[in-house]
Amino acid sequence: MNNILQIVWLIPILPLIGFLINGLGRNNLSKTLTGIIGSGVILAAFLISVYVFFSVKGGNTHVAHYFDFINTASLKVGFDFQIDQLSSLFLLIITGVGFLIHVYSTSYMHEEASKDFAKYFAFLNLFVFSMLLLVMGGNYIIMFIGWEGVGLCSYLLIGYWFKNNDYNNAAKKAFIMNRIGDLGFLLAVFWLLSKLGTTDYHQVFANVSKLTTFDITGITLLLFVGATGKSAQIPLYTWLPDAMAGPTPVSALIHAATMVTAGIYMIARSNILFTMAPATQTVVAVIGLATAILAATIALKQNDIKKVLAYSTVSQLGYMFLGLGVGAYTGAVFHVMTHAFFKALLFLGAGSVIHAMGGEQDMRNMGGLKKYMSITHVTFLLGCLAIAGMPPFSGFFSKDEILAASFASSPAYWVIGALGAFMTAFYMFRLYGMTFLGKFRGTHEQEHHLHESPAAITFPLVILAILAVIGGWIGIPEIFMHGGHRLEIFLEPVFAQSNAIAAKHEMSHATEYLLMGLSVGGSLIALVYAWNKFGRYAKSGTEEAGLGKVLANKWYVDELYETIIVKPLQSLASVFNNVIEKNIIDGFVNGVGKAINYGSRQVRLLQSGQVGTYVLLMVFGILVLFIIQLFL
Amino acid sequence: MPVYYYIFLAVALFCIGIIGVLVRRNAIIIFMCVELMLNAANLLLVAFSKMHHQAMSVTNPTAAGDAQIFVFFIMVVAAAEVSVGLAIIVMMYRNTHSVDVNFLNRLKN
Repeated sequence: MNNILQIVWLIPILPLIGFLINGLGRNNLSKTLTGIIGSGVILAAFLISVYVFFSVKGGNTHVAHYFDFINTASLKVGFDFQIDQLSSLFLLIITGVGFLIHVYSTSYMHEEASKDFAKYFAFLNLFVFSMLLLVMGGNYIIMFIGWEGVGLCSYLLIGYWFKNNDYNNAAKKAFIMNRIGDLGFLLAVFWLLSKLGTTDYHQVFANVSKLTTFDITGITLLLFVGATGKSAQIPLYTWLPDAMAGPTPVSALIHAATMVTAGIYMIARSNILFTMAPATQTVVAVIGLATAILAATIALKQNDIKKVLAYSTVSQLGYMFLGLGVGAYTGAVFHVMTHAFFKALLFLGAGSVIHAMGGEQDMRNMGGLKKYMSITHVTFLLGCLAIAGMPPFSGFFSKDEILAASFASSPAYWVIGALGAFMTAFYMFRLYGMTFLGKFRGTHEQEHHLHESPAAITFPLVILAILAVIGGWIGIPEIFMHGGHRLEIFLEPVFAQSNAIAAKHEMSHATEYLLMGLSVGGSLIALVYAWNKFGRYAKSGTEEAGLGKVLANKWYVDELYETIIVKPLQSLASVFNNVIEKNIIDGFVNGVGKAINYGSRQVRLLQSGQVGTYVLLMVFGILVLFIIQLFL
Repeated sequence: MPVYYYIFLAVALFCIGIIGVLVRRNAIIIFMCVELMLNAANLLLVAFSKMHHQAMSVTNPTAAGDAQIFVFFIMVVAAAEVSVGLAIIVMMYRNTHSVDVNFLNRLKN
């Protein structure tokens, strides 16, 4: 038992060491060495995570206390790591998928200069380190350090090509949107501290009954605000699609292994708080569902291959929040896991396509790539099937679990959720059809250049494709196989407290089969329709009109934010700059200087050098003192 | 003799001294006026000490006129001051061939 605690600190330390070596030695290390160090530390962390995973399988929770992070009379925060089933599962996802993305990056980023290449790997390692800190932290403060760390790293990596100003703006947008959420998280932590005096998970969860309903609702709502920032939910989701400015593997890392799953992890970790606050749960479910639908509709009309995937991520995150909102914590975590597999696969596949197309991202200029890139094509198809929720691919099991739980909570949730699932199938196969089927629509030069990517790119694709296919089999629903949901059994200790409170929804097998059949059937129809329609896609000059135009422009949400928040803020700032700053503050400061300058010039005239005058003034002074002393 | 006779005399001396300092330009006369003011103060001290001693001796015969000692201190200090002051005036005369203080406004700035 204790030997876990002896090695567990290595998991975050290794990526940190990789960050330091690559970051400090970026001028001296060769690209090969950088790649080996960068990927090697993650691989080592992954191997330790596997060991840790198997040792917590029995239901143990380990808390390691390293040193006091904050130690005052009334407040004590330890630098603790908590290793239990939930965090060890996330460790596996982060380090496992993260490792594959690192390997992929060694090839994808190979054209960068050696110095930038090392910088890239340093940031990537730091990103993984922050995320590991986030999931391993034994209290909310340590989690918050990691929470801020991933925000910083996403900023650095989205703005990796910092010479392009648009990319810089995207990076800033991601950072600022995240900061809004972070404020909510921080306020929630302060609230917890003021009420319970501790942020340690086990103490908070043990004392949760001491909080009033108002407190719990407030805390959970604020935590959820934090989650909407990190996990890209309405209203703070717009940074995620813009985050496509970064290199494609970074998108994969942000979308699959790290960053966006932080919000899900945080809520799953605090599940007992959310279970005790039904009002917040409703908010979470509704926001999740709304995000899922909104993002899915936007994804229908995007033409940038990465944008489609970005909106699909937002949409899938919406499903996870729906799951959290209806109390299906296992389902949400399950979906995080399967989503990590297939979304990493899809992003890396898209990266492979972009690589072959020489940087082209517009799907209208692709098509027919099937015959040029067989491995990418097959793995991408598997990923699409998985995200579309086709049985027996992984997405089916996790999405079905969330949908079933939402039906048990309210059939309306299910109807809207299933609608979103149909759209998912549609836009994914629109993407697939436009990219891989039909005739090539790019230039001749691009066609000549088309090639399958090297092994460092295809190897992660194959591994992830296998995981995307079989990843769902650890969560087979009860109706197919008794005891088939091994993930639920594994995570049982983490959610035990919530499960004890929340009533278990029981559905008849017939209902469950019907729901499954409906959602799979609907998705299949959408899939086949999209396959047929976009398999024969031809470029047309016609502009989108009506609703299509609204969707292609993302419901004008960015423009809305621009008008109601950014513009007023900028005009307010210019008022402050031009009026308050220049006239009032500068005027005051300069005025003090001028007054003293003028006053001293006048007073200087008194120094005439006439001794008689001085004596006269002295006598007057003495007289005044006399008068004051004697008569006042 | 009532004490205010002394006070009037001292005030008169002091005022003469002040007016002398203010209106005269000859440094030596100014110096003498300063001495006048100093001695006005001395006179007051001596007078107060004497009167005080008389008043005290009714109730406390052992009380002595300690304050008279002050006058000696002041005289010593005044003598020292005179030597320094006269030295300054001598230097001034050597430099400017005049003892007119208005001539000294070169101290300005």
